[in-house]
Amino acid sequence: MTRVLGAAQAVAYEPVIGLEVHVELATESKMFCGCRNRFGAEPNTLVCPVCLGLPGSLPVVNRRAVELVCKTGLALGCSIAHVSKFDRKNYFYPDMPKNYQISQYDMPLATGGAVTLPSGKRIRLTRIHLEEDTGKNIHGGGAMAAASATLVDYNRAGVPLMEIVSQPDLTSPDEAGEYLAALKAVLSYLGVSDVKMHEGSLRCDANVSLRPVGTQDVGTKIEIKNMNSFRSVVRALQYEIQRQTDVLRAGERVVQETRTWDEERGLTYATRSKEQAHDYRYFPDPDLVPLHLDDEIVAAWRAELPELPLAKRDRFLAAYGLSRYEADLLTGERTTAEFFEAVVAHCGEPKAAANWLLGDVRRALDKHGLTLDATRMRPEHLATLICQVRDGVVSGRAAKEVCEILVRDGRHPAEVVAERNLAQVSDRVAIEALVGEVIAANPESVAAYRTGKAKAFEFLVGQAMKASRGRANVELVRTALRARLG
Amino acid sequence: MSNKPIDMDIAHVAKLARLALTDDEAAQFAAQFAHLFTYIRQLQELDVDTIPATAQVIPLRNVMRDDIVTPSLERDAALGNAPDWEGPYFRTPRILE
Ligand SMILES: [Zn+2]
Repeated sequence: MTRVLGAAQAVAYEPVIGLEVHVELATESKMFCGCRNRFGAEPNTLVCPVCLGLPGSLPVVNRRAVELVCKTGLALGCSIAHVSKFDRKNYFYPDMPKNYQISQYDMPLATGGAVTLPSGKRIRLTRIHLEEDTGKNIHGGGAMAAASATLVDYNRAGVPLMEIVSQPDLTSPDEAGEYLAALKAVLSYLGVSDVKMHEGSLRCDANVSLRPVGTQDVGTKIEIKNMNSFRSVVRALQYEIQRQTDVLRAGERVVQETRTWDEERGLTYATRSKEQAHDYRYFPDPDLVPLHLDDEIVAAWRAELPELPLAKRDRFLAAYGLSRYEADLLTGERTTAEFFEAVVAHCGEPKAAANWLLGDVRRALDKHGLTLDATRMRPEHLATLICQVRDGVVSGRAAKEVCEILVRDGRHPAEVVAERNLAQVSDRVAIEALVGEVIAANPESVAAYRTGKAKAFEFLVGQAMKASRGRANVELVRTALRARLG
Repeated sequence: MSNKPIDMDIAHVAKLARLALTDDEAAQFAAQFAHLFTYIRQLQELDVDTIPATAQVIPLRNVMRDDIVTPSLERDAALGNAPDWEGPYFRTPRILE
């Protein structure tokens, strides 16, 4: 036994990871009926005979949802099906009132394609299909648990849901995180979804198996569910890879199962399955006729695609002389990228615009719980501030104060500078007076400087800046101090 | 193509459909399914290579609606059609998570 264990321990394993991402589409109405598609409404107020599966009701496909899935497919280099159809996935679970979910089985809207990571590595896709989301079951809690009941809210039932299935091309948890970030960036650029993982509009299941390094073996695949953030996907995969490694090194076998990620305890556990061998008995939905997508409509959709994140990043690198790091951060979200370009268009200072957006603006947004979308700051406001710093109208230090007010209140910088009396003081007489006061108030430092302590000079400069509330032109202060101290 | 009866697991199918069948019913359905399969087998004898596969016999395609919101049901009306509800929710016997 010990010998077997020793042999097994010598083997190094590598993970093989694939992701299934579900994305709620940002349509106005649901997939097959006119109920509003909105998160957070009062329970069961967005339901109708179609999404409740009442007898005699008929589903009709939402054209916009088909368009959004196909545009996603085109953006990711998929082939768009000439003919596609919807199927019924049959199962008994009260999250769907019909006892089936309308999905796509063997003729999805898009196949092939890839998500390109920042490194350039391509993670191939198997398919992208369109289906309807399920309702929400509310388990346990209070009187309900005692009554041994499950409560159901069907507001989400019938919301258009896009499923993006990757091939098992991911080889580490961090790569899975990069894949999700890259995919999220593309989806947000396309505007197909608001991609809020915490509200469930982007959800992810992972499957992971291990194989001895360097082999093409196929290990037992474990599916992990219930990961609610990119970070929890990475953590769950790290945990699961370690768990499977331990199992294999102990000379045991990994059992095929679905496991649930427990965020608080930081582990996965085997899910009690409702029906072990899934037999969904897919068949074509007789209530829905096939979709035929001709080259003309596909070409029209392709022509409407925006510039995508990686293309934008490469253009930013070439056009604005930014670092790779800055270009990655600025193009991660479309709003940030567009804001940046608008600022540059106004002030022509790309490096400064990047510094402000990724530094003080971001800090101010975080501090006030805002996003660039939600702030009333206009690109021309930030551009004006950048020009004011460049032209010596305000000092760098005062500009930081102005920046926070721009982000918080959306006011014009000139107004803020005037009102708060933050304009930089470059007047020679005023600077002389300021320096005179500082020298008079700090005789020890003056003496120290004269005995050769360079630090004392910086202290005096600091005192002058403090006395002027950051407004004094620091170069003029240095010149005046040097002249006076001789 | 053999003519031997197709072996169908009636118990499995009944379980998937959540039907509690008596032994007599199971035997009766098994016989009826066997009859159906015999009928379908006739189709398998035909050459259908030149006929495109279809999931629909209705001569329609691309029946779609614009993405426009229409009124939903009043909640009371929606819940009122259900056998059971509690507060703003539909209510079912407790299920496993
Ligand atoms: Zn509806």
